[in-house]
Amino acid sequence: MIILSEYLSAIEGKNLTPALDPDKIELRGAYVGDMLSDVMGSAKPDQAWITIMKHMNVIAVASMTGVPAIIFAKGNAPDEAVIDKALEESICLISSKYDTFKLSGILYMLLNK
Amino acid sequence: MAEYWFIADGFEDKVRNFQNRKSEAEVNLEFAIPEKDFNSAGKGSSELKNLLKRLGVDSEILRRIAVASYEAEINVAAHSQGGTMYSAIYDDLIHVRFEDQGPGIADIEQAMVPGFSTANDLVRELGFGAGLGLPNIKKNSDAMHLVSESGSATFLEFIIYFA
Repeated sequence: MIILSEYLSAIEGKNLTPALDPDKIELRGAYVGDMLSDVMGSAKPDQAWITIMKHMNVIAVASMTGVPAIIFAKGNAPDEAVIDKALEESICLISSKYDTFKLSGILYMLLNK
Repeated sequence: MAEYWFIADGFEDKVRNFQNRKSEAEVNLEFAIPEKDFNSAGKGSSELKNLLKRLGVDSEILRRIAVASYEAEINVAAHSQGGTMYSAIYDDLIHVRFEDQGPGIADIEQAMVPGFSTANDLVRELGFGAGLGLPNIKKNSDAMHLVSESGSATFLEFIIYFA
């Protein structure tokens, strides 16, 4: 298990929801995917979700699945309305310049070090 | 009309008892699901989830209910001319029904196969249309029932027990 803030610095990420404290979010893994139903069928509440999708439905999927944080790969960042919705649902949004492969690899190493 | 029934192992008697139940639900909720409106689709599931959370439903059960109802809402928005979600909360279970205005499912058996999808480009661009909606509803439900045919309304219901 690691805390999100540790991962955030390892991926040089930006917290798009600074009102939510990444020190308070624990991660035991991640699920990677852009097909929303695939994520809904497989992501777990103690995992981050790594994706390039950034429209409003992403927040609903995270909320329904119980995912505490979404990591947007390749510098993707959602618009203001999506961020507001994430704050409402207490889902931490992070944007990183790295691609999904590297984001997964870094998390895997942190979890298994 | 073609029909599909799924009842999870060990739930056969429970579901039969529910069908013969005379008591009224403690809470009934109703939400409209407009056609192709993917910002509105999900409101019903979101409010349902928040209510059940306040009522103290276990978080894993809550996740199953939220995923099944959200998938069903998205299905109605993506594939029909709009419909309605009806949630009935009892002390031991939730019964959620979806009724739409057609045009119906041509082949239900095929629609239940993971990966089969008839979603259009708009739906796919949003990341839906993986052909996993109905399989996800089945996977998260204790019982699921689907009735439809080409040219008709579609009726979907599922039951999830709280314990």
